[in-house]
Amino acid sequence: MVVIREFELKAREIFRSGRMPGFIHVYVGQEAVAVGVCAQLRTDDYVASTHRGHGHALAKGISARSVMAELMGAVGGCSGGRGGTMHLYDPSVGFLGSNGVVPPGILIAAGAALSAKLRGSDQVAVAFFGDGAVNNGAFHEGLNLAATWNLPVVFVCENNLYATEMPFDEATKNTSVASRAAAYKIPGIVVDGNDVLDVCAKAGEAVERARRGEGPTLLECLTYRWFGHHEGEPGTSYRTKEEIASWKERDPMLRLREKAMATSWASAAEFEEIGCEVNRVIEDAAVYAIKSAQPSVSTAFDHVFSN
Amino acid sequence: MPGAKTESQCVTEQTAAKERLITYAEAGVEAVREEMRRAPSIFYMGQGIGPRGGNFQQSRGLWAEFGGERVRDTPIAERGETGLGIGAALAGSHPIVDIVFLDFVLEPIAEIIQQASTIHYISNGQFKVPVVIRAAGGGIRSTGPHHSHTFYSFFMHIPGLKVALPATPFDVKGLLKSTLRDDNPVIFVEHKALYTTKGHVPEEEYLIPFGQAVIRRPGEHVTLVALSLMVQKAMQAATRLEKEGISVEVIDPRTLVPFDKDTILASVAKTGRLVIVDEAYASCGVSAEIAAIAASEALYELDAPILRICALPAPHAFSPSLDNYLVPSVDRIVTEVAALVRRKS
Repeated sequence: MVVIREFELKAREIFRSGRMPGFIHVYVGQEAVAVGVCAQLRTDDYVASTHRGHGHALAKGISARSVMAELMGAVGGCSGGRGGTMHLYDPSVGFLGSNGVVPPGILIAAGAALSAKLRGSDQVAVAFFGDGAVNNGAFHEGLNLAATWNLPVVFVCENNLYATEMPFDEATKNTSVASRAAAYKIPGIVVDGNDVLDVCAKAGEAVERARRGEGPTLLECLTYRWFGHHEGEPGTSYRTKEEIASWKERDPMLRLREKAMATSWASAAEFEEIGCEVNRVIEDAAVYAIKSAQPSVSTAFDHVFSN
Repeated sequence: MPGAKTESQCVTEQTAAKERLITYAEAGVEAVREEMRRAPSIFYMGQGIGPRGGNFQQSRGLWAEFGGERVRDTPIAERGETGLGIGAALAGSHPIVDIVFLDFVLEPIAEIIQQASTIHYISNGQFKVPVVIRAAGGGIRSTGPHHSHTFYSFFMHIPGLKVALPATPFDVKGLLKSTLRDDNPVIFVEHKALYTTKGHVPEEEYLIPFGQAVIRRPGEHVTLVALSLMVQKAMQAATRLEKEGISVEVIDPRTLVPFDKDTILASVAKTGRLVIVDEAYASCGVSAEIAAIAASEALYELDAPILRICALPAPHAFSPSLDNYLVPSVDRIVTEVAALVRRKS
């Protein structure tokens, strides 16, 4: 979680300095979801992600260097600079891409799960998506097919209450994402998305259920993004300061730290140590990314087709 | 329309009389069956392609041999099927997604264009996307505006997609087998009116490489590039035009991506005239692309303006009188080609 938090803050800093091409959607505030879910997965399990995908990529095991360089469009990035923030890929850790389109990850993860099932593998696939995806047809088609075919997939909705600037309760009459699972006769579980231990417990059950061949689960992780939809959009015209402040009080990192220290599971010194180590990793990633070269135009037509 | 008299005209030049005759639909089934036996990674999904064998019998017998896991009936969810197919391809499978009617490819088109065509490139070659989108296009007996379209031009527009357009049983089998050995997303467009036509298909295994056009009939005065069902119509028109003293060379590109422009340009250099016959609309269509290639690369070989004979620009009408009028007919090809050849420059 600390890696994701510090990574995103560094990415914002580089973006604001004008050195980063394109635009980014940062994950600050939602870290517990990616971490709690991916901690339940094996390296060969699959994840399909979203436009807000840096946290998922890092949690699934892509290095901070590799993700940061990709944000810079550089050859050292996990997609060689061809994809950028919304197209992070790494087959070595089963990362099937962040995505510039909102719902296709649902279908891609379900398809990877179908492949695993047909190959007789016990791999599991996870689709991350926001509340904005659940009112789109792909959500229905993906969940229906996955449920009907009993696929080993976990659907993780990160309900951060806003699809861009559209409040969820203006986008749908049924604001309980978890309740929609009943339409497909699969379990729908509400998760405190700002409590990494709750995410771990509930995602763990869902992943094991999928791995046992018992089919998909829909998790609704209630969470909040601290900043705007994308960097440069302040996120304050449609959200009150009080609302933002109240969610910052529920900071997933702070909550874990308090719980860990209250139960003497970890000490303040250990958290300090983690913070220092993470700072070093993120500084290193930033230097690496900024130094990494842009792809040569001589490679512009590489990989249009696979030979 | 297909019929006994036209069967011999869709025989390819590679054939010999001793070879067996099978239908276009059977040729496709054979291709899928042979490749599914060869490669466990291949599976097949679509509406009604299971026990029923497909609307056009294009999957007949496959479910019985391979079972419901690998030959998988789907609900009416083209976007879902296609999206799952793409995800399965990323995870190492080789899915065939049968959209059945090409019209319905509009439902999953974003998955094809935004995801399937791009992922190999934007993942820096790390992921392959060997998904096959199979569908039948074209009109047959007044199928009306939602079941008659010939949507392939926009796939030719997009880098990263291959497009096959077989016109004979021989080509269906050879191209579909090649498709199922290709690591790229392939749009495989058959024609509804061709499924029951017969042609010579050898017993022994063969593959047809993408990007190789075939000269269906050699000629001297005019080059006719015809697509899909229009190959048959062009051949019939050529027979009639020959009686009028006009010698027509008919070329079937067979695949749109990659596209064999060299065969067409060489033909135009010989005949000096180019006609493109396409059941799709002319505007922004494949015919426009072929015309642009010829205008860019063979303008000084041309003795006459390039002529496009395409569907007329109106929605597909139901009434047979309108339907037959709007889609290119043999009569229309004969009339327009004769006028072009006789035109005084």
